Amino acid sequence: MQELNLKVNGATYSVSVKADMTLLEVLRDKLHITSPKVGCNTGDCGACSVILDGQLVKSCITNALMADGKEVVTLEGLSKPGKLHPIQEAFHQYGASQCGFCTPGMIMASKALLDQNPNPTDEEIREALSGNLCRCTGYVNIIKAVKEAAKKMNGGE
Amino acid sequence: MTLVGERVPKYDGLGHVTGTTMYVDDHYIPGTLICKGLRSPVSRGKIKRLDTSLAEKLPGVAAVITAKDVPFNAYAGDWPVFPEEDICFKGQLLAAVAAVDEDTALEAISLIKIEIEEETPIFDVREAMKPGAPKIRPDGNLLKFGERDYYFTNQGDVEAGFKEADFVLEEEYFYPVAEHTPMEPQVSLAVPHPNGSLTVYTTSQCLYFHIGQLCAVLKLPFSKLNYVGATVGGGFGGKNDLHADPVTALLALKTGKPVKWRWTREEELNCSTVRGAWLMRIKDGVKNNGRIVAREMESTLDGGAYLSFNPYATTKHAYYAVGPYYIPNVRVITRCVFTNKVPSSSMRGFGVTPCSYAVEVHMEKIARKLGMDPFEFRMINALRKGEPTHTGSIPDSVAAIEVMQKLAESAGIKLPDKLMSMKSDERRL
Amino acid sequence: MKKRGKGVALIYYPTGMAGGGDTTQAFVKIKPDGGADLFLGSCEIGQGIKTVACQILSDELGIPYDQIVLHNSSTDDTGICTGTFASRVTYFAGNAVRAAAADARQQLFEYAALELGVTPSELSLQDNKIVVANEPNKSMTIAEIAGKVNWTMGKLILGKGNFWKEPGRIIDAENGQIDVITTLAYGATLAEVEVDTETGQVEVLKLTNVFDTGKTINPLLAEGQIDGGVVMGIGSTLMENANPYYPTDNLKPKTLGDYIIPTTMDVPPMQSFIVEYPSANGPYGAKGIGEMTANTASPAIANAIYDAIGVWINDIPVTPEKILKALESQNMA
Repeated sequence: MQELNLKVNGATYSVSVKADMTLLEVLRDKLHITSPKVGCNTGDCGACSVILDGQLVKSCITNALMADGKEVVTLEGLSKPGKLHPIQEAFHQYGASQCGFCTPGMIMASKALLDQNPNPTDEEIREALSGNLCRCTGYVNIIKAVKEAAKKMNGGE
Repeated sequence: MTLVGERVPKYDGLGHVTGTTMYVDDHYIPGTLICKGLRSPVSRGKIKRLDTSLAEKLPGVAAVITAKDVPFNAYAGDWPVFPEEDICFKGQLLAAVAAVDEDTALEAISLIKIEIEEETPIFDVREAMKPGAPKIRPDGNLLKFGERDYYFTNQGDVEAGFKEADFVLEEEYFYPVAEHTPMEPQVSLAVPHPNGSLTVYTTSQCLYFHIGQLCAVLKLPFSKLNYVGATVGGGFGGKNDLHADPVTALLALKTGKPVKWRWTREEELNCSTVRGAWLMRIKDGVKNNGRIVAREMESTLDGGAYLSFNPYATTKHAYYAVGPYYIPNVRVITRCVFTNKVPSSSMRGFGVTPCSYAVEVHMEKIARKLGMDPFEFRMINALRKGEPTHTGSIPDSVAAIEVMQKLAESAGIKLPDKLMSMKSDERRL
Repeated sequence: MKKRGKGVALIYYPTGMAGGGDTTQAFVKIKPDGGADLFLGSCEIGQGIKTVACQILSDELGIPYDQIVLHNSSTDDTGICTGTFASRVTYFAGNAVRAAAADARQQLFEYAALELGVTPSELSLQDNKIVVANEPNKSMTIAEIAGKVNWTMGKLILGKGNFWKEPGRIIDAENGQIDVITTLAYGATLAEVEVDTETGQVEVLKLTNVFDTGKTINPLLAEGQIDGGVVMGIGSTLMENANPYYPTDNLKPKTLGDYIIPTTMDVPPMQSFIVEYPSANGPYGAKGIGEMTANTASPAIANAIYDAIGVWINDIPVTPEKILKALESQNMA
């Protein structure tokens, strides 16, 4: 067991972890932050995507100790009470979420993209989300939602 | 203000976009035991010895269960929770463990001693159908429909139809095995209560189809099982079989503790139900004017090892083998053959997806052979209002022609006036 | 060389289980302040029955959407719904909710008639109010009547309803004919593809889709079903194979890196159109479209490949290897 100190969505945590624990296991099983999902545990589906010190990572293949002294943002950290983040709003409004299981990872991947590239083209959105699988939507409304969110965040409409 | 017809965002959408929707795996109840399963490494064989004693002694293990722990050992027709003796597919569940954590559960699984007398598996439906083939199931390798080992739906006189035809086209098609691949794998959480009742949190896409089956396995009345779910991370037909629920329920009853089992993606891909492969042969008799006057279709579903939804898929395929066309003379035969593979069950399109594919490629071949425009060929054969399907039904709504017209218009294809003025509710010329 | 082609496919798909004999039950409780609890055993798997059921109840009872609470998560609290399969839920649950709403509405009308001194048949629902025919000023809101009934009369308003499909009637036993059809919906796709004859790679350039919903209860959700179904169809056609060495069980895919489903990079430009040819017994004419949307892409793409390179695709998935082999045997012929 080793001591892991990390910040998640603004709160500081100190947990003891086994050396082979993943960040996803710490978030879900230790901290009960459940928006990152277990979809594959092999880094293929992206349902566990979170932002670690500004970088999008798949928490199921990220060793927990890599997050020591760092800051993690999950979907829970995006909205304030009664106020959705524009990406969340757009996903809701444009039907980008059906069963919802991939949605937390999708939104975090979208946020990572828009943080670095506030004005992405369709092709850039596709590339940025290509590591996140969705079986329900055919991605059409997801791509649309990211575009609309970008517009809104840039002060349009 | 009326809402029907409006773009109302999803009722549960705010939960999805804030990450607060609770799927089964998101329920954390203190003291929950973790379940893992022992699965068969062979496709066919007999269990000679299954010794769980070492696993049971491992500190942290609360219970190990096998076939002898199941009050009524069959669901989805004839699928045992654990086989008593006969192993019928690779990946079949043989035993399950509940332990304080995943590592302990996995270690316990590795301590279960098993001896299997391996038998030669049958994979190929053609082999399985041969007379004298080893029987995978006690009543034979072909699914029985009453006295027959095939299902059929006929209309008219197919021999007379072929005589009337100017030419005949016969081809074979194959539709592969598919996995539903919902993003959420099978997960189950069973919580026991002091009065002997259970709450089972499930990924089932059909609570009421499953509650009867699960209560039967557990030999419990409905009043002792509150089945909780209906927030499912994708289904596509892959969550129409009980999968994990009987196991967590049995372990929860045995240990008196909540038990959770989340399948790995590998288990989801290799051990959950699939859409079985379909082999299809279509023989159509066609007149030079473009009318199909006879169709004979013979289809075989590779059903895998157990019944599950196979009878339904086999019959449904027979009902929809013609496509949205009127063919006066039809003979359809469908079969389900059992093989030593994971059971085939429901998947989006359920028996119909494979025949839609085969029929529409076949239609295209005939159109090309006739030198006729593919739109025209489909439209002159399309079902009209008042015409029966080959099952003998008169559908209440017929719009194949109109859908083709809309498609042509939308895709910028200019169809001749005689096709654009055709109507489903006008009689066939 | 890159060659282009177009291909079409036309399909139908039944709404509801072949064979029938299944039900969906709903009941609605009017809250004392005029809101409602809707109890429905139908599973949400992403398709949107929660939304559709509440839209329908809102319209049928004049109760605002955000004052409806849906209870569908537990068998202890709901009636039967056979399941979310066979494209049946909008049709069955939609009808069941309408029937439950009609029952509750009748009870509301009976109580309102007493208060307003008229007969229930003189009442109708307008703008979320119960109004007297020809006397537009004489009315009660749902909240007013619900409050009266619950708080001053102490009564409960509970509406119930179901939709039941009779088991298939045998038409001709000798021919195996049986009336299994609840209703049929129709769909068609036009695929445009480009095939690289050197690599065998197939690129879907564009898909145009038309699907018949009977009546669209919610276009946002219906379009979502079409997008998702068609893209699943692309996966079936070009990528997915759970038994790559069929008929053996060898080397089955173990991860989502082995079993490839479509990603954002695999979605071609798509144009989808909804047409509405109503079903006589569907809620407002609606049919089920959940499954059929996955069925047009495979044959349309296969036919487009033939149009491009003159090779028939009799089995899928269409891998580059398969295309190259077919081209090779075409050259030898």
